[in-house]
Formats: sequence, structure tokens, C-alpha cells
Amino acid sequence: MRLPVPRDTSFTSPLRDERLTARLGVWLGACFGLCFLTGLVSHWYYLPDPWFLPPTRPVWGYRLTQGLHVLSGIAAIPLLLVKLWSVYPRLFAGLPRGGVRALLLSGLERLSIAVLVAASVFQLVVGLANSAQWYPWAFSFRATHYAGAWIAIGALVLHVAVKLPVIRRAFGSPVDTDLPERAGPGRRTVLGAALLAAGVAVLANAGGTVPLLRRVSVLAVRTGEGPQGVPVNKSAAAAGVEESARDTGYRLTVTGPDGEVSLSRDELAGLEQHTSELPIACVEGWSAGATWSGVRLAELLDRVGAPQDAQVRVVSLQESGSFRSTVLPPAFARDDLTLLALRLHGEDLDLDHGFPCRLIAPNRPGVMQTKWVSRVEVV
Amino acid sequence: MARTAPSGERVLQGVVGAVGVAAAAYGGLLLLDLDGPDLLDALLWLAGGVVLHDAVVAPLTVLATLALRRVLPSRTWTAVTVGLVVLLTVTATAVPVLGRFGARPDNPTLLDRDYTSGWLLLAGVVVVGTLVWSLRARGRVRGAGGAAGPASRRSSPPPR
Repeated sequence: MRLPVPRDTSFTSPLRDERLTARLGVWLGACFGLCFLTGLVSHWYYLPDPWFLPPTRPVWGYRLTQGLHVLSGIAAIPLLLVKLWSVYPRLFAGLPRGGVRALLLSGLERLSIAVLVAASVFQLVVGLANSAQWYPWAFSFRATHYAGAWIAIGALVLHVAVKLPVIRRAFGSPVDTDLPERAGPGRRTVLGAALLAAGVAVLANAGGTVPLLRRVSVLAVRTGEGPQGVPVNKSAAAAGVEESARDTGYRLTVTGPDGEVSLSRDELAGLEQHTSELPIACVEGWSAGATWSGVRLAELLDRVGAPQDAQVRVVSLQESGSFRSTVLPPAFARDDLTLLALRLHGEDLDLDHGFPCRLIAPNRPGVMQTKWVSRVEVV
Repeated sequence: MARTAPSGERVLQGVVGAVGVAAAAYGGLLLLDLDGPDLLDALLWLAGGVVLHDAVVAPLTVLATLALRRVLPSRTWTAVTVGLVVLLTVTATAVPVLGRFGARPDNPTLLDRDYTSGWLLLAGVVVVGTLVWSLRARGRVRGAGGAAGPASRRSSPPPR
């Protein structure tokens, strides 16, 4: 017995129509565009030597852009699935007539669609898994997600260009035009279902970054709870600093042109203390507002004669890992809100939040807010 | 269609298309920068997503749709379609948390909800919504003249 091979004409639902596909495409394209741009913002922070630097204001900038990045990606998942459903029969379309040129054009278009679908599914799957700290692959997430982003957005822009006449035609008439009378949903209902699903997916996940939604976000990776009311991305145990961070011989070393200063935690607590209201906003999309208090980084830098325009490296007790140190551009290092925080919400920092002291600066990804700080050095 | 398109549109298509090709090519070069094993793994994941959708998810959707149309009365189709689109696609976004694959014993602030209960709650809301909508539909057929009573259970639409 032979399995019947479907052709595009085997699919008879009149719901699968360019009028529906184009409208789904506009919503999906908006999500991809927002996801791409906010992803670029996040990538910007990782560039070793950007043309121009991220700003220090607004202090909640990264919280907003990275929350939008993850939520627009999540919203895109239902939209992409329904859009792929709407065009699935075209996978089985026969070869075009009209000679070599038509074959070549059709082949190129199919190749571009294959690249678009592969990159889109890939970006959403690995992004979603990463937001839940699940890494079932061997490749470097950041480099691969960044490459995939350019492939996906490029293939999408090309797709829009190729389909421009179809899109124009599709929007030339209402979505349910030429829909035969029959039982079941119309195209408008399917479009509405996809948008409803995207909205539900966003609400079910947004609580990790929008505190008001915590109770309805039943699928959020984090409730927003944690020691001292703030979640933890990397614990002291995972960083391997449980002993070194508790060591009574702990000293913070600050080095600059005028030499080196070494301070115990008590000595740090004896310096002038400042309080900053700053969010901690992680690349995985969760964030929390918090009240930090400690020593202004700028005041420590003055003690070692650091120039105003110096870049500053902040190094953790953590002995390995890509985020054991971070470099602060001058505007961040000298910002009045930038602290080596000793306290969170009025209590000594929890070990998992970076005791004895941690960096907290405005408008920066959480992984660059170094915890368990041991050294500050002028670069 | 393309042959009758105004030339301005053809120029726009050419420019936008070239921008797209350039961006995708840049992404391709970035991908090729990955180390050999990383690149191979990334290519497997890229291809795997397409295969998973086209060879598994989409055919199962088609088969399930055909099966449900045989089992369910046609007046429920609209509500069931909306309910299933919402439930299944939102569930797809919840796979990492339902599986708790990223959970770590040293970090109780990660994956700190009862996701199974949360999902059951969501599924319950969707199921109740779908039931209520189905019961209220009372055999109406979508469309202007849709007051017809017994909607055909095997409505095969005319070919486009």
C-alpha cells in the first residue's frame, strides 16, 4: 500500500487564505521587529568597544527593553504557529511551469522561506528555553541567538519584499471575503484566536517583570519572590563563593593611579552610605525594583585618584565564569546612583545577592551587576 | 500579478529585498564564526525546528482537525477551534516551565511556581469558556443567512 502524498490542492479549508496569512503576518512581523530591536539593545551592552555607549538613563531602560524582548518573543509563538498552519499546504505545491527561470525563482523563494521558518522557530525555541535557564544544546547561546536574529530578520524583510503585491492584494478586501458559507469559524475568528492566544501567553508570563501581574502569570519562570524580596539568578553555591564570601578576612581592593586601597566590610560600612532605588533586570526577562544602600563607586575611585574618564573593571570572588568581572564605562562608574551595595531593602545583603558587597548601577543587564565584589581596578 | 505591478513597487521590492538578503547574509557569516562543533549543533537545531513543525506538528494538527470534525457537532466547531488554538499554543510556550528542565537545587527562586496547577487552571478556564460558547451557539451557522438549523456534519466547502 502506498501512502497518499498530499498536494497543495488536497487541503480544502477556505480559511487558509492570503487574507488571513497577511493579517497574521503583520502582527507577527510587529513582534519580530520589536523582539529584534530590543535584542539589539541587549547585545549592545555586550559589545567590548561600541561606537557609542548605552546611556545611564532611564534607570529602568534595560528592564523595559528586555521585558519587551522576552514577552514579544513569547507573543510570537502562537502567532507563528497559526501563520504556519495557514500556509502549510504551500509546502506541497508542485513545481511551476514556465521554464528554467520560473523554476529558479521558485526554488530561491522556497529556499528563503525555509531559511525564514528555520531561523524563526530556532530563535523562539532557544529564546524561550533560555528564559527558563534550560540549555539543552552545546552551542554558545548569545553568539548563536544573535546570528539567528540577523538571519531571521533578514529573511523576514526579504519575504515581505517578495510578497508585497500579495500583501497589497490581501489587504484590499475584508478578511472573510469569498468565504463560502459553512459551519465553523471564519478567518476573522481564527485571527482573533491567534491574537487572544498571544495575549494569554503574555499575561501568563509577564508577572516576572510586571509585579501587578504576578498572581495571574501562572506560567512565569519566577514569582518575583526571593531572599529579601528579590529573585536570584546565580546563587553563591553555583558561583562557588560560599566560603570566600563569608571569610572574615575579606578585603575589597581598589586600585588606581595613586595606588591601592584595601577595605574590610566594616570599613566599607563606616564610609558615607548612600541609597539608590534601582531595578535589577536580567537578560532572561525577569526584573525587580529594589532599594540598595552602600558606598558610591565614584567615592572609592576618588580615593585612588582614578581619572573622571576612566573605565573601571569590577571583579568578583567567583573564580570562573564569563561574568566574574565586568567593565563599567566612565558614565556608569561615576554615576551618583552607582553603588557598591552592602544592604538590600534595609538588611545586609543575602549571600545569594552578593554579600559582602555587590555592584548596582542604573540601566544595565543583571549579569553585569557583579556580585561578591573583591576588586575594583582602573582599566 | 508581478508583471502588472507598477514599476515603483518593483523598485521598492528590489531595495527592501536587497536589505533583507544583506541582513540574512550578515547573520549567516556570524553563524559561520562559531566553532565547528557549535556550528554543527546550531545547524541541527535550525533544521530540527522545521522538521518538527512540518513533519510532526502540522500533520498532527491536520489529522486532529479531521477527527474532531467527525466527532463534534458543527455548532461547536468555532468555540472548539478558538479554545484549542489558545490552549495548545499557550501550552507550547509553557514547555520549559512544565518540564522544569532548568531547575537547580541551589536556587529556589527559579521555577518557583506549581506550574502543573497553573496550567490546569488555565486549561479549566479555556474548557469552561469553550463549553459555554458551544452551548450558546445553538446550531447557528456562521454567515448572514446562517439561521439554518441542522448544520451539516460533513460540510465540505467548494474548492476555491
